[in-house]
Order: sequence, then C-alpha cells, then structure tokens
Amino acid sequence: MKIKKKSNFFQNNSQLLIPFIALILLVLFNLFRDPSFFSIEMATNNSGFPVLQGNLISILNGASELVILSMGMTLVTAASGGQDISVGALAAIAGSVFVKIIKSGEINAGSVILGFILCCIVAMIFGAFNGMLVACFNIQPMIATLILFTCGRSVAYWINGGATPTFTSGLINAIGSFIPGVPIPTPIIIVVIVGIIFALVFRFTNLSLYVQTVGINKGAARLNGINPTLIKLLSFVILGICCAIAGVINVSRLSLINHETILINIEMDAILAVAIGGNALGGGKFKLVGSILGAYAIQMLTTTLYAMKVPSTDIKAYKAIVIIILVVIGSPVVKDAITKSRLRRAQRKQAIAGGKGAE
Amino acid sequence: MKKVITLILACAMIFTMLMGTTAMAADKISVGIVNNPPSESGYREANVNDFISVFSEENGYEASFYYSIKNDEQLSAARQFITDGVDFLLISAAETTGWDAVLKDAQDAGIGVFLFDRMLDCDPSLFEAAVVSDMAQEGTTAVEWLKSLELPEYNVIHIQGAMGSDAQLGRTGALDAEFEAGTMKKVAQQTATWDEAEAKKIVEAAINSKEPFNVIYAENDGMAKGAVAALDEAGITHGVNGDVVIMGFDCNKWALRELLAGNWNYDGQCSPFQAQVISDMIQKLVAGEAIEGLNENKQIISVEKGFDAKTITEEDIATYGLGE
Repeated sequence: MKIKKKSNFFQNNSQLLIPFIALILLVLFNLFRDPSFFSIEMATNNSGFPVLQGNLISILNGASELVILSMGMTLVTAASGGQDISVGALAAIAGSVFVKIIKSGEINAGSVILGFILCCIVAMIFGAFNGMLVACFNIQPMIATLILFTCGRSVAYWINGGATPTFTSGLINAIGSFIPGVPIPTPIIIVVIVGIIFALVFRFTNLSLYVQTVGINKGAARLNGINPTLIKLLSFVILGICCAIAGVINVSRLSLINHETILINIEMDAILAVAIGGNALGGGKFKLVGSILGAYAIQMLTTTLYAMKVPSTDIKAYKAIVIIILVVIGSPVVKDAITKSRLRRAQRKQAIAGGKGAE
Repeated sequence: MKKVITLILACAMIFTMLMGTTAMAADKISVGIVNNPPSESGYREANVNDFISVFSEENGYEASFYYSIKNDEQLSAARQFITDGVDFLLISAAETTGWDAVLKDAQDAGIGVFLFDRMLDCDPSLFEAAVVSDMAQEGTTAVEWLKSLELPEYNVIHIQGAMGSDAQLGRTGALDAEFEAGTMKKVAQQTATWDEAEAKKIVEAAINSKEPFNVIYAENDGMAKGAVAALDEAGITHGVNGDVVIMGFDCNKWALRELLAGNWNYDGQCSPFQAQVISDMIQKLVAGEAIEGLNENKQIISVEKGFDAKTITEEDIATYGLGE
C-alpha cells in the first residue's frame, strides 16, 4: 500500500523525479566517497557565538542566491517561454544601489531598510523594462535581456564608482553571515522566507494558473480573460525583486561589492536549475520545487568537486560531464523510453495476473 | 555680429599661441602622455594620478594627457602630439601592435619615446626605454616573503584568479614551483575567477575537509576577504597573532587597512607607479647623459612592492594604496 502511494506521488509529480535522482546520486556518491561529508557540528565563530558548520550548511548557505534567482527564473520561463540572461547584471545593479544608500550615511536599521526598498524598486523597473521588451514588443527573451546583460555591470559601476567599495557594519554582517546567537546562516533563513512568500502567493492568488495558461497558449488565455502581456510583465518584475534580494545577500556576505564579479555567470546556473528541475524551457507547466532542488544540486556538485580537490583547470569539464548526464536523463526521449518500458511491464504483469485468474 | 565673433575668436587664438610660446620659452620640458582611461580599474586610476603628480609644472614639465581604451584613438593622439612638437612622448598602449609608423615619425622628429606599463610589439631601436611590470616577479616576491617567515610547515590554501589571465599566471607560478619542490603542501588549489563569494566557499570546503592549513594565498584582495570571512565563521584565528597567515594582492586601501589592523599578513602589488623612473631618465637625457640599467630589450622592470602587516604604516596606505 505504501509503495503504491509513493508511485502515485511521482506519477503526479513526474517532473520532480530528475532533480530528486540528481540529488540522491550526489548524496550517495558523497556518502560512499567520504561518510563524514554530511556531518554537521557546532562551532564558535570569531565573534564568540555558536554557529552550525559542515558541508551541508555550506551547500544550503552557498546556494541561497541561486535558489532565489531560479524561483524567479522559473516564473519567467513558464510565462514567456524564454530565459532572462541579465539576472547577474541586474543583481549587480541592485547590490550597487543598496551599497550606495547604506554608504551615504551611518549604517543603521533605517538606512538598510531604505536601501533594500530602493534597490527593489530599481530592480523592478529594470525587470519591467525587460518584461516590456518581451511582452509588448514580442522580442525573444534571451535577446531582450541581452541588452541589460551587456550593460548592467557598467551601470552598476557608474552608481558607485571605485573598484570595490567596502563597508563594515554588524547589521550587514547579520544579513550576510549570522545573526548573533542564531546558529543558522541568515541567507538560509531568507531563502525559507522567500519560499514561504511564493507558496502563499500561489495559494491565495491564481498567479500560478495564469502563468501556466499564458505559457501554454497565449491566445486561449486571452480568450479566457487573462491578459498575457500583464502576466509576462509581472513575471519579469517578480524576477527583478528576486535579483534585488540575491544582490543584497551577496554584497552583505563580505561587506563589499565588486561589480565585475558579483554573481558572475549565475544566469547560466539559474537556467540550468530550471532545466534540471524538469521544467519545460519552452514555457507552460512549471514546478518551483523542481528548480529549488535543481539549484541545490548544482551547489552540491560544486562543493563535491572542491572536496574532491579536482584541479582548478579541470573543474568546469567535470561539471559539464555531470550536467550532460543529468540533462540526458531528463530529456523527453529518455523519459518516454522509461514510461514505455514501465507500461509494458505493467501490461505483462496484468497479462500474467489475468492468466492466473482464468486458471 | 558674425564679424565681431570671428574677431574675438581670432584674438583668442593669437593670445593662446602667444601663451604657448611663452610657456615654451620658460624652459619647461613638454611631454605628451597617452594612457588608458582611469575608469578602467583601480590600478589605472593610481597610474594616471601618479603621472599627473610627477609630470607637474612644479617639477618643470609641460604635460598634455590623452586617455583612450581604443588603439586607433591613441594612435591619432600620439600623431597630434608629434605635430605639436613635444619633447617626449610617453605611451601605455591599448594594443601591442600597429605602433611602428608613429614611433618612426617620432624618431624622425627627434622626439624621445618612453613606453610604460605595457610593452609594444616593435623594434627596440624605436624607443628610449620601456618601464614594464613582470607579473612573475610579483609571485616570486610574495613567496620569498612567505618563506622568510620560516614556519615549521607550510600547508597552503591557494585561491586563484580567472585561469589564464596575466595576473593569475604571474601570481601562481612561484607558488606552484614550491608545491612541486615539496617545500610547501597544497591543501587546496582552486580558481574562484576573482569572485569573492566563491573564494569563501572554497575555504569553507577546505575547512570541512578537516585537513590542517596555516596559509591562505589569495590572488587578489577581494578573494582574501572572502577567505577571511570563512575563517571568521568557523572560529579560526588569522593575521599577525593568529593561526593562519593571510596573503592578498593588489594593495587596495581597504586591504592595507586590514593589514594595519593585523587581520592579514601580507599584500603584494603590481606597481602602477612608473612616472618617477621615467622622469629620472628624461632628466638624464636632457642633461646629455646616457640612460643606465636597461636590459637587452631596453626594458626596466618596475620594482614590485609587498607590504608586511608588521611594518606597514598609515603613510604607506596613503602613498601606495589603490582606490578610496
């Protein structure tokens, strides 16, 4: 009975199978390689507060920005059938605005909140700009966001000037590292909060349904009274907010912003997380949980390679091999083959059971 | 009305020409400086400011500056300087090729050419001297300093920049040689592609592997800061009185302040200060003496600085620190 329930879960959520397999493979591989890989222990940091420590914490903590961005990216992918490649650049702009505001005076709760709100607004405006190009002018999302991808980091530079502005504040440290006395890294807590907000929005609004409808068939959506332009625009604005949160987390981690390197190449990882999560990159149905699992799988892969001491010159090649395997497992051809073989086995079982019944 | 404006303009032009001649007559050495724009990086900003302060009027120079990141714009600026009849032409080229014709024109016009920061792909007879950096020297200086600590053992976490970049190759070479010779042990060697947050993750992974380490060699300041953040979270002490030696590069002002506070141990620099060396050589040429100390390619390798947390002063930070 129990087994039957489980198979039902995966039949209803078959797209979650791939990210689950990816994570489980990585976990098993690490347990086999080094059983202490996932051990977590309590340590005392240099400020004298107890903190949790271990590879698992590192992975959960390190993937925070990627998880948040891949949630927004999933919405954009589902609604517009394309990807936003400017998320790293937009996060750099948002981070820059945040740094500019908090550096303009004394750093206190007020200036941090003001900085966060302003950088959210700026990121929403840029997101709306991307969304407008896609929704109103029907430009391919990747081409539309190429503009911001190209110029975003220069814009971030203009906002602050100076190569790497730095600042020191216990408050910023609490956002990017640990709140004194709380042993869990703050970025993990922020991810949980963002996840809950998304869940609540999906629970109490029709956003998820509308996004899927627009992604599957724009015309049908319009005939049913959904405004596809508005939904697409909205998904880009939401991604903008995600960029702002990711940017603020990243600059807070080290109390510094380097416009050229902040969250560099994260757009590719975010798209990959969406793909590993089993979401159709052509738009339509989506599962946020899949992308989240995908994002953690990517970070776990990187951490595993660091732990294995793969030479720095080869690390990208190793990453690519694993990704090829994951993507091939998740490809429609392999998926179809698995479903067919399953169906055949079920039929054979039925036939045998039928034969037995006849006897 | 038009005639009045023309007259005023003509007067103004004559006036400036007269001004020009009087300035020339004041026995100042005129130099034309072609450089990359200061917005390029903190390094370039310091480089540009260095030349502005050394080739000042108080020091007896009449300097004109031109900044561009494009080679063709730099070339036409250099031509303009030759037409203006400067005494010396100082060039930090955007690209290494395409300069032969201009340098030949300068030679024919009797203008002395100095190259700085970047070498040109041309015949050494076309310029007086080149003041350039040797990236490998930076790494060697840092590793020599590390060896001078005479630690009982060296277990090093090495965080690299973007693989294949000049700075990465120069800063990695000397340390790699030590790893190969077996004098130092490689606990981890990973590239963070200059990304501070990635550097933190690399150090976290090294800490979680439980392998002991006592040196972090990060190839720029940002990545060193990332590494230190990981140590702070894990409760590992670092710096002058700590368990782990922290080494960074670039000498940003904020990084040197970390040194002064004793949180880090060493910061190396690819020196952006070449102006004084060139000024000295120009003074010699003007006095009719020969330039000494050049190698076979007519180069002077600029001295790379490295700062030790125990000896650094506020004055060093003000003089040599980059950025704000």
